[in-house]
Amino acid sequence: MEWEVVIGLETHTQLKTQSKIFSGASTHFGAPANTQACAVDLALPGVLPVLNRQAVEHAIRFGLAIGATIAPVSIFARKNYFYPDLPKGYQISQYEIPVVLGGQVEIIFNGESKLIQLTRAHLEEDAGKSVHEDFIGPHGEPSSGIDLNRAGTPLLEIVTEPVMRSAEEAVAYAKALHSLVVWLDVCDGNMQEGSFRCDANVSVRPMGSAKLGTRCEIKNLNSFRFMEEAMNYEIRRQIELIEDGGEVRQETRLYDPDKKETRSMRSKEDANDYRYFPDPDLLPLQIDQAWVAQVRAGMPILPDAVRNQWQKEFGLSAYDAQLLSQDRATAQLFNALVGLVGQPMAKVAANLVTGELASALNRANLAASDSPLSANDLAPLLERVADGTISNKIAKDIFTILWDEASTGQKSSTIDAIIDQRGWRQISDSGELARLIDQVMTDNAKLVAEFQAGKEKAFNALVGQIMKASQGKANPQQVNDLLRKKLS
Amino acid sequence: MSWHTATVALLSKALAAKQVSSRELTSYFLERIAQGKRWNAFLDVNPALSLAQADLADNILASGLGGPLTGIPVAHKDVFVTRGWHSTAGSKMLKDYQSPFDAAVVARLGLPDEENPTAAGMVCLGKTNMDEFAMGSSNENSAYGAVLNPWNPACVAGGSSGGSAAAVAAGLTPIATGTDTGGSIRQPAALCGLTGIKPSYGRVSRYGMIAYASSLDQAGPIGKSAEDCALLLSAMSFHDGRDSTSLADSGEDYSRYLHQGWSEPQINNAAKPLSGLRIGLPAEFFAAGLAPEVAQAVEAGAQQLAALGAILCTVTLPKTKLSIPVYYVLAPAEASSNLSRFDGVRFGHRAAQYSDLQEMYKKSRSEGFGAEVKRRILIGSYVLSHGYYDAYYLQAQKIRRIIAADFQTAFEQCDVILGPVAPDVAWLLGAKTQDPLQMYLADIYTLSTNLAGLPAMSVPCGFNQNNLPIGMQLIGNYFAEARLLQIAHQYQQASDWHLRQPSEVA
Repeated sequence: MEWEVVIGLETHTQLKTQSKIFSGASTHFGAPANTQACAVDLALPGVLPVLNRQAVEHAIRFGLAIGATIAPVSIFARKNYFYPDLPKGYQISQYEIPVVLGGQVEIIFNGESKLIQLTRAHLEEDAGKSVHEDFIGPHGEPSSGIDLNRAGTPLLEIVTEPVMRSAEEAVAYAKALHSLVVWLDVCDGNMQEGSFRCDANVSVRPMGSAKLGTRCEIKNLNSFRFMEEAMNYEIRRQIELIEDGGEVRQETRLYDPDKKETRSMRSKEDANDYRYFPDPDLLPLQIDQAWVAQVRAGMPILPDAVRNQWQKEFGLSAYDAQLLSQDRATAQLFNALVGLVGQPMAKVAANLVTGELASALNRANLAASDSPLSANDLAPLLERVADGTISNKIAKDIFTILWDEASTGQKSSTIDAIIDQRGWRQISDSGELARLIDQVMTDNAKLVAEFQAGKEKAFNALVGQIMKASQGKANPQQVNDLLRKKLS
Repeated sequence: MSWHTATVALLSKALAAKQVSSRELTSYFLERIAQGKRWNAFLDVNPALSLAQADLADNILASGLGGPLTGIPVAHKDVFVTRGWHSTAGSKMLKDYQSPFDAAVVARLGLPDEENPTAAGMVCLGKTNMDEFAMGSSNENSAYGAVLNPWNPACVAGGSSGGSAAAVAAGLTPIATGTDTGGSIRQPAALCGLTGIKPSYGRVSRYGMIAYASSLDQAGPIGKSAEDCALLLSAMSFHDGRDSTSLADSGEDYSRYLHQGWSEPQINNAAKPLSGLRIGLPAEFFAAGLAPEVAQAVEAGAQQLAALGAILCTVTLPKTKLSIPVYYVLAPAEASSNLSRFDGVRFGHRAAQYSDLQEMYKKSRSEGFGAEVKRRILIGSYVLSHGYYDAYYLQAQKIRRIIAADFQTAFEQCDVILGPVAPDVAWLLGAKTQDPLQMYLADIYTLSTNLAGLPAMSVPCGFNQNNLPIGMQLIGNYFAEARLLQIAHQYQQASDWHLRQPSEVA
């Protein structure tokens, strides 16, 4: 039987705020345990929550970016359950009426654009952390500890409709969402620190069936790779289970990245009755048009607007535009670079940013915002290629030198100095080139014969030999033209 | 000098005239508290700390910067968290609990400091007994024993602010704070012959009040007179950014109408200061279930107000009876959640022995909470459960809105509503402890104002044949506290019920 996969994602996005969603304690990551938990976070008797406006504005900003409805009135509710890292015995969340309704996120999947429909996004507080490993109790015994630094950190839980049809598509959505929330500056996007974590609802059904299969929820996926592995494992598990005559049980599962499998955490029957009800300590959240307008006025230009502009005005491909709009710093660097070198060079600028620069950043594990090289550093490189001073190949070598100097904090050389020092000026003198070509043709008579016998490949091999003999300094276009002439 | 029979207003004059110092007053009341342990009104005292505060107050008075309340002792219901005194909310769960901060009310009434430069400068005498987590109508639900009624030690003092009421009635403190979720200021005030006011919801910050039912809880004073209550309420109420339900425009002088006529700034006809006032008597408040002596006293009170110029009329509050089931759905629902933080993990009682987390929770909470608290947690958890929420919680919220609307209809006909505070006078200790429903009925006339969020006060209006006090209740529209206090003050100018002292005290 052919199976259709149905996936919906719930993403917990940690909102970038100075203080917690209902208290004044800092949200800074990595402080010693329990040093960033105030009386409100500890749920001491008598404390009350006060909503952080910045968190609301981030939610509005996100809602506007995805074309959602911003609820004029939304309600905070209490989700009641007992757990040691949940100090109040309830989590303040939004239940029946969330702050963001609907909206859609564009993804590029298999080279095609697709809109992923969202159900809602709601504000809530994070819980603390239970520390089970390597924790020693007050009497030296192995024990469990509670760190409440994270308790009360603002989250926006972003929920999609069950509209994704493969693990790969779901990951494409997660990546697009990740890049959007970072672009909007509402989330730092740091997945290691848990700033962006997904729960995946996965089910399968016979192809063509309109009825959804029983779903399993895989909790707390905090890397795109684990997400894809976990969903693919879960899809296989469900299909095999059904094909063997079994039934999928609705349950919550966890992914074990070491064993590369999901395992049951709790079944539907064991699920808590959360006894949601409106939190009487908080008034309904009212967002008037003026507030929305104020947030709208402060919005950065959105990635799809930027992509459209690039494609239309610079003639970039959808693929390049997608790569360059992964984050705002990359887009800004690219725009600055084009500003310096001119629109006709947009494509080569794009190649440099998505090629050399992106791989160098990747190798150094740096975000584009932390790039040691700026548009000002890179523009002369493109200009020297354009005016024929250096070849593309040499440009790559110079990039490496610039990168090494910049990232090790050395005094940076000018590009022209590097070119002159190393004698990398491109050979454009046709007399000199002609001599080189003659020499190569003499040394590679076999290739010449092959070409003349109709083997077009031999031509490229000859060009390669000439470039090699020139130590990469020959102008490839000129070599092409001259060689073609000599062989004809 | 018998300072314990004096009102706050009088003590304020004595302090200003240097007839007495704050330290002397504080010592005097601390001594009375030590001598008056039989009432079980106090859960914690700390004389050294109280006297240190008194010395600070004396310094302020000496510098001439004091206000009307500077240096006057006050006792706080143990539901308010305090630095320096334990804060138990009457529960074993919080035995010996020490709060690292003061409740907003405590800070606001206490000595000025950097955070509260305009604080009232009152001296804290200690913490008063209460029904556990403010759940009860007799103070018999305290984990630290019942409070005895100074008018008759065999009787209850009322609840849940029973310790505060008994402390004022027994002359252990000039005035005290209380909280009122369903009548917990007004009913013990009535049962102890005192004046108490529950302001409109949102007037007084709930920050630092250990929450029972957040949408109903409201703090207020219990004292000897309307004038005293006006003084204290003026100092207690302010906008507090730490409480999202605190009213933006909360601070006002609640004494401003005390010496005015109802319809005019001067009292032109001294015999009829309340002329123009329309008082509505709800038929439902005088129906079956009301003790005849209470009915007579309240009716006599109404007649006296009429003699002062008020016009009486009958109004109707048809959903009064429903306020009991509505309250006992909503308050427990909120309480079941508010009390979840008492889980033995971070503070409060933790069972000595347990084998795993679940057992730790179960044993800690089973041991730490008393029977009534457990009953309400169970009721609250039930009504919020999946499948029952609509039938109970949502339905109760709908009726709550109808109850509030009924009041607005009544206020089209009258300025204030008058009725009894409680169906009967103080009852014998133990008389209702076996029957929670009987106990719940004791709050029939007070619950609806909490559900509606309206201000209401208790004013002494007589005694039954056994010399137990009777209170009448004045209910105003939103933010009409100053008007309620004005009516009560004018009534108290023409009566002396509020000045009577239990024989054991005087």
